[in-house]
Amino acid sequence: MTAIYERELDSQLNGLTGYVYGAIMLLFAGIYVMAFNLEGSPDFTSVLYSMKWIALITIPLLTMRSIAEERHQKTDQLLYSLPLGMTRIVAGKYLALVTVMAMPLAVMALYPLALNAAATAGHVALKSAYGALVGYFFLGMALTAIGLFISSLMENVGLAAGACFLVMLVLHFLTPLARFISSSGAASLIAFGVLAALFGLIFWRLTKNGLFALVLTLVLAAALGVCYALWPDSFSGLFAQVLEQLAVFDRFDNFTYDIFDIRSIVYFLSVTGVFLFLTVQAMERRRWAS
Amino acid sequence: MIEVSHLTKRYGSRVAVEDLTFTVDKGVVWGFLGPNGAGKSTTMNILAGCLAATEGKVAIGGHDIFEEPLAARRQVGYLPEQPPLYMGMTVREYLSFVARAKGVAVRDLDEQLDHAMAVTGVEEVAGRLIRNLSKGFRQRVGVAQAILGDPEVIILDEPTVGLDPLQIVEIRKLIRTLGRDHTVILSSHILSEVQAVCDRVLMIHHGRLVASGTPEELEQRFSGQVTYKVTAKAMPMEVRQALEAVPGVTSVTAEAGAEGRTEAVIAASDTGPDMDERLSFALSDRRIPVLRLEREQTSLEDVFLALAQEDAPDPAADTPRRKRRGKGEDA
Repeated sequence: MTAIYERELDSQLNGLTGYVYGAIMLLFAGIYVMAFNLEGSPDFTSVLYSMKWIALITIPLLTMRSIAEERHQKTDQLLYSLPLGMTRIVAGKYLALVTVMAMPLAVMALYPLALNAAATAGHVALKSAYGALVGYFFLGMALTAIGLFISSLMENVGLAAGACFLVMLVLHFLTPLARFISSSGAASLIAFGVLAALFGLIFWRLTKNGLFALVLTLVLAAALGVCYALWPDSFSGLFAQVLEQLAVFDRFDNFTYDIFDIRSIVYFLSVTGVFLFLTVQAMERRRWAS
Repeated sequence: MIEVSHLTKRYGSRVAVEDLTFTVDKGVVWGFLGPNGAGKSTTMNILAGCLAATEGKVAIGGHDIFEEPLAARRQVGYLPEQPPLYMGMTVREYLSFVARAKGVAVRDLDEQLDHAMAVTGVEEVAGRLIRNLSKGFRQRVGVAQAILGDPEVIILDEPTVGLDPLQIVEIRKLIRTLGRDHTVILSSHILSEVQAVCDRVLMIHHGRLVASGTPEELEQRFSGQVTYKVTAKAMPMEVRQALEAVPGVTSVTAEAGAEGRTEAVIAASDTGPDMDERLSFALSDRRIPVLRLEREQTSLEDVFLALAQEDAPDPAADTPRRKRRGKGEDA
């Protein structure tokens, strides 16, 4: 795993990717610190809050090459033939990405101290500033895992970046999007029905077993129908609630309200775990291609 | 060393490899021969652990590749058709990465790298970026990564594809060197390559094993007909009559040549070593001077083309018959 980690780190730092990522992060951190902290408020968390959207650019940039490039260059065949489990290969790559992701955050960790030393904007609350920075790091971990998973599905680096950008965009605006959905029970039922069909489609794509995918979709649809018939009231607004639960970006907000939200950290780690698991499965699936 | 039993790989309804069964012994260079699309790369990928089979078993050094994948993969060094090289690394950096990923201990690392680079002859380019190397050197680096970790089995998928003739000769030399210490399996669609390098041949077609043995054994097994060419000083009619009387001769075509000579082509079902003597006596008994008598052997290429044409009725139907090449010659 160490060898994979070091190679991935090397490829990020020997090319432009790692530096462009770092430059974008530090550029915007600098702009926001200047705008918020140097001019008035000593609240460093607002800098991090404003920097959430930057993940739309930085996460695709950071993760796009990781596996898609290996597939494109056919170097993934080396990974498959190594006497190493796929979990360790994915873990090595992921940890390297997290290391690069954390590098500008390490530089940004000096900002609250520098602001206090300069004393231009009053005293920065270090506890809440570093709490938010830790939260931002965990948010970055979750988003990096999502980006790595998307990269594992693609063979084209540009496509991986585009798909990752779209997913980040949807995740970023998931809560406002959820508000557009009608709160009626029937609307939730239809939305869940579409989701069940989509799930069936993905299952069919992955397994190539049309009959099983169809049966699975029908079972899910029937289960939804039965649940709706039994508890129609509980369906009202349910889909919007589910979407809000999936809004990864919004889970960071509590950290900016001076709350060190352990539940959000557990949430970020869960998202990380799920997407790393999916990445391993996506890689293994190619070995079992049929 | 390698036991493959009833191996089948399907992609949807397409069968890439079907019910393949063979055993590869230790310390031999094996050639996996077949036309393009025969299922060679699929089989190589399965043996290397890169691809799972739909059915069947593969055991490498007693380890089932599906049940003990890591133990099995530890015994295999694999060079895919396109060498898996990281262009932005130097040769030494790349080989060092592969060695460590294969679990080579740090204390053995330098020794393994030096050995792999010495065997493959890439020491002189150790510090150069892979992207700046010629295709021949890249292929050598690919072979070097395959032998790192000292695997018992080295699998090379079409190792000479895209190389120039000089590079092909060098890679073949390298393969023969590797064959001294390892079991080497190489796939190729080039007969002369397999004849030049391999001790034994596995011939695959449409995903099925159609023949296996030494190149010589295969030639003997499949050569049911021998052709002789005779130049004699007599009229075509006389020559034909003399030759047709010889037992084992199935057909004779005789044409008049220059200076009263006749050029005859004789097809014989008797492949015995004294056939040429009988033909010669048949002519001399009639006082016909024999100026030339030549036996044209069935080459492995003929066998290969015959097999390839068996169930592919048309495409290679008018492929010319070529004479057998000697070992070491290029395609």
